[in-house]
Amino acid sequence: MSMTPFRVPVVPTLKKETFISLYRKGMRIDDRDLFTPRKIEIETGVIEKAEGSALVKLGNTKVLAGVKIEVGTPFKDTPNQGVLTVHAEFVPLASPVFEPGPPDENAIELARVIDRSLREVGAVDLESLVIREGEKVWIVWVDLYVIDHDGNLFDASMLAAMAALRTAKLPDYEEYETGEIEVLKDKSQGPLKINHTVVTVTTAKVGDYIIVDPTLDEETIADSRMVVAVDEQGRIVGLQKTGEAGYTREEIQKVFNISQGAAKVYFKSLEEALARKG
Amino acid sequence: MARKDNVTLFREDGTRLDGRKPDEMRPIKMEVGVLDNADGSALVEFGRTKVLAAVYGPREPVQKYIVIPDKAVLRVRYHMAPFSTSERKSPAPSRREVELSKVIREALEPVVLTDQFPRTAIDIFIEVLQADGGTRTTGLTAASLALADAGIPMRALVGGVAVGKIQGRLVLDIDEVEDNYAEADMPVGAAPDIGLITLFQINGVMTREEVMKGLDMALEAINRIVEMEKEVLKSKYMKVEV
Repeated sequence: MSMTPFRVPVVPTLKKETFISLYRKGMRIDDRDLFTPRKIEIETGVIEKAEGSALVKLGNTKVLAGVKIEVGTPFKDTPNQGVLTVHAEFVPLASPVFEPGPPDENAIELARVIDRSLREVGAVDLESLVIREGEKVWIVWVDLYVIDHDGNLFDASMLAAMAALRTAKLPDYEEYETGEIEVLKDKSQGPLKINHTVVTVTTAKVGDYIIVDPTLDEETIADSRMVVAVDEQGRIVGLQKTGEAGYTREEIQKVFNISQGAAKVYFKSLEEALARKG
Repeated sequence: MARKDNVTLFREDGTRLDGRKPDEMRPIKMEVGVLDNADGSALVEFGRTKVLAAVYGPREPVQKYIVIPDKAVLRVRYHMAPFSTSERKSPAPSRREVELSKVIREALEPVVLTDQFPRTAIDIFIEVLQADGGTRTTGLTAASLALADAGIPMRALVGGVAVGKIQGRLVLDIDEVEDNYAEADMPVGAAPDIGLITLFQINGVMTREEVMKGLDMALEAINRIVEMEKEVLKSKYMKVEV
């Protein structure tokens, strides 16, 4: 059952008023304008045992993504495709409001929005993941680990997922006469085939203002949030309104305008980090 | 995801497989006060999609710690009956149902006047009896009716409908077959009387122009859905003969 959040962190009214009076001047408490994301740091290959990994810092928010690739069976209706699965864990060390236990509705929503945005556009080439049609395919697990929560987990998670996938290596395997498949963990067949790169842009609606990349304090005072996923061609490949308030049609137009600009910043950071890696 | 090739979802005359025009909804049925125990209830059908909603409250929550000092807590459960789908659905809540419960709750939060009932809970139970596409938006419509039927003060009624993009064309109120082969599915919920879009998701690939065009199609349809809601509510309470 989904419930109105009843244990939300308290943000003093004075702080909220300060935030909004700054927005009025086009400024924010951390020296940003309303439309620029925080400083982005992307480091790939941080977990050697994973086939792909990335640590993303978006301001003080930190998300670690690990890609594991294993042999499994395809879904019955897609015998000629591998499988992509995204999971998110809000581990309790990341925030005083995270409790141990199975993923809550926020973690499930995050994983599902990231999953859909990658899946619908065909970001990972699933057809290249078939070992034996209808029987054996590669299963790509993307596990998102939020390790420090200072707002905007969607954008940090998508950057981490994308950086981990783009640097992931497909393991090699040996097929025995019995049909058994042994994965050779130390040998790779080459990079995982990626067809599209996706980023999400999260904006928060605070009163009359739409701001990009909210911090945790800003998310707490925000009325609602909109997550827009876009690919490298500028197409919308996913969207989710999340939060307690509604949007007017005009506000949605505004969200799209603002998201386009911020998406460019995310793509630039991602491509620079991947180019550095070679 | 189903295979998208070798399938035609339009007839030669441009209508859809079930004979509908691109901007035509399925036949809609709405009924309120269908359950005796609930404080408010509604049954809504969009074609073969049938969804039952019930409202209990405002009431004291069983778990006493679930309270907010200055408003009511909204609790929403979207759940699919095991027999609602072609293959039996396990009654245990799936990740999809957890997400949709949240999305529907957040579509109702902007309209329910929760600050009139501090320290209480308003429970909204949505049971999908038969799923044939558009269950979350049908569920939202049923929840809106059930809340009104329970006499819970609201800023406005909400309604929902999904727009799909199939073979490059935008179509209103997609059913399950269309959804299986769609390039995109865009569920929208709105409260037309206060001009707010309260549920908005896109699963699939669309250009920004398509999104805005689809949104306008959905909003126009939601106007009609909410007018139907008003008629159904009025007719229930106008039956009294003097």
